Amino acid sequence: MSGAGWTTFSLWLAVIASGLYHGANPGMGWPLAVSAGLMERRPRALVAALLPLLAGHLLAMLAVILPFALLVTLVEWQRPIQLGASLLVIGFGLFRLVNRRHPRALARIPPTQLGLWSFAVAIAHGAGLMLVPIYLGLCGEADRGHAAAESLIGKDVCVAALVSVVHAAAMIAAGGLLAWLAYRYLGLKFVSRSWFNLEASWAASLILVGTVALVLSLVG
Amino acid sequence: MTMRPDPTFYASPKLAMEAPPENFAYTLLLSPDFSKPDALAVIDVKPGSPSYSRIVHTVTMPNKGDEFHHFGWNACSSALSPLAGHAFLERRYLIIPGIRSSRIYVVDTKPDPTQAKIHKIIEPEEIFRKTGYSRPHTVHCGPEGIYVSTLGGAGKDGTEGTPGVFIMDCGSFEVLGRWELDRGPQKLHYDFWWNLPRDYMVTSEWALPPQFEKGIVPEDLLANKYGHHVHFWDLRARRNVQTIDLGANHQMALEVRPAHDPVREYGFLGVVVDTTNLEGSIWTWWRENGSFHIEKTATIPPEPAPKEQLPPLLQGFGAVPPLITDIDLSMDDRFLYVSCWGTGEMRQYDVSDPRKPKLAGSVHIGGIARRTPHPNGKAYAGGPQMVEISRDGKRVYWTNSLYSTWDDQFYPAGVPGAEVMATVGANGGLELAKDYWISFPDGYRAHQIRLDGGDCSTDSFCYPSV
Repeated sequence: MSGAGWTTFSLWLAVIASGLYHGANPGMGWPLAVSAGLMERRPRALVAALLPLLAGHLLAMLAVILPFALLVTLVEWQRPIQLGASLLVIGFGLFRLVNRRHPRALARIPPTQLGLWSFAVAIAHGAGLMLVPIYLGLCGEADRGHAAAESLIGKDVCVAALVSVVHAAAMIAAGGLLAWLAYRYLGLKFVSRSWFNLEASWAASLILVGTVALVLSLVG
Repeated sequence: MTMRPDPTFYASPKLAMEAPPENFAYTLLLSPDFSKPDALAVIDVKPGSPSYSRIVHTVTMPNKGDEFHHFGWNACSSALSPLAGHAFLERRYLIIPGIRSSRIYVVDTKPDPTQAKIHKIIEPEEIFRKTGYSRPHTVHCGPEGIYVSTLGGAGKDGTEGTPGVFIMDCGSFEVLGRWELDRGPQKLHYDFWWNLPRDYMVTSEWALPPQFEKGIVPEDLLANKYGHHVHFWDLRARRNVQTIDLGANHQMALEVRPAHDPVREYGFLGVVVDTTNLEGSIWTWWRENGSFHIEKTATIPPEPAPKEQLPPLLQGFGAVPPLITDIDLSMDDRFLYVSCWGTGEMRQYDVSDPRKPKLAGSVHIGGIARRTPHPNGKAYAGGPQMVEISRDGKRVYWTNSLYSTWDDQFYPAGVPGAEVMATVGANGGLELAKDYWISFPDGYRAHQIRLDGGDCSTDSFCYPSV
């Protein structure tokens, strides 16, 4: 593989890895699927709860990444956009580091609206922002100089959709697996045992991703 | 914030039952004549400990006249739902409202219960200003933080506006404001609890402050002016969805005890007295096809007594009403404990079939006319009142005081604080433990009990027992 190929490959790995990371975090909702399955005493209810969790997370990714997909078509502004996005992600990471409180408004969302909750919790924790530098990296790897603007828009939107879908698929795979293991084999003790306070490392992840993107866009 | 969830947060009632037993019982002490500051007593309940059944620490408050009544933890098993978003709180702070002063104390029980100390004091003015409510009462930890019910509205006697529930921040203990957005026909307040995954709250009614602060008002009681409604609410939408009138003769609907297992959509409510026949009653409520229903499922009759054994308040009736002042449901939702504060009896009902409670056990202690002593020979003034059950369901603790001014009307000879414990047989049955007897410092009465690591009227669950 060429250097650019390796970069593209590792960026896609990062899309999948961040999805697994989000999905495995109980705070992103998989214990709710366990609860739903146990409340109705059938696995179908567990799966039925995973679907809105997936839909909410996917929409949250698209809501954050798609605006950047439209921005990056402005080829001459590519570097300022990358710099700005990196700083935004770093800034949000710093904000989460200082203020680790979960917004209380989220506790007002009823348990019947898991999709809305999943969307809101992903937005509030900057889950989509974490993907932005990775996405911009993927766009930057494409040969952009000679393409017509319309085809670029189409391509960037496609990549944005693909990044969101792959990330959300990884997220629900990890969360769904843990939910199923807790439901079927490990029992409810696993819910509290698997829960680690990731607020600080989550904030650190945002800062890290933003910083790497910042450095790459400055040297690139 | 911790790195892992508090080990005393249990996903299901079953896990709560399997957890290690309690080591300490926290009990509120009140000075009925307001001559001394109220206090929190920390009692050693670990069998075999050299200080077993003794007060090992006391937190004395800096003010007088608070009148301690109910209290609760800052956090409980409800934090294990991702929806709440505060899984890394600790079960650490006791939130203790003064029902008379409207002051709230936050007591820190770490690093050790024997070193418990005041962490924060919320002055009454802050509660008045931010909520328009007064006389804070029941405390529960839930999705939006700490919920506190109140008995009074604004103004000196608490009658300007309707009492309700307010919310406190579960980290800073800042009073945030009223909980209700639409209270519907609700006018009075007392207790509340909920089913978290099913997203509803249930509230009950006692009375407005002028009807209880200076003592029970017999004319109001006989005119059926005390509370007799139960209200059902959409918990997250903060909206009253249904109000049911129990019938005006069912005076004072107090404790609300939903089944702990969230898959069970029913619960219980205790009514102090029926003014037509002096009975006490237990009611079972349930939700079916989206609406709530309630019916009277058990009654306890009054006991005739000669006039000379009765306080002036009851002499005209020639009988002692049972006065159901507290009920509590075991963690497995099997046994409902019913305090008959008037007749001096603790009853245990098997509620496996929730709409057909079956009497499974009973002990007599105290009582207006019976005056049954403890098996250790000591006199027990008052009757069984605030009751708390160990998580494993094997021990039941209770105290003897109801409320300062009401104690004096029903038990004019006084109600020196006492706390006892009964052990529960494998298939029901109650027996008072001879070696468990707490006598409190002179001049103090005892009210609600909380157990370290959670108890049967604290924790609410987001996952069913399996």
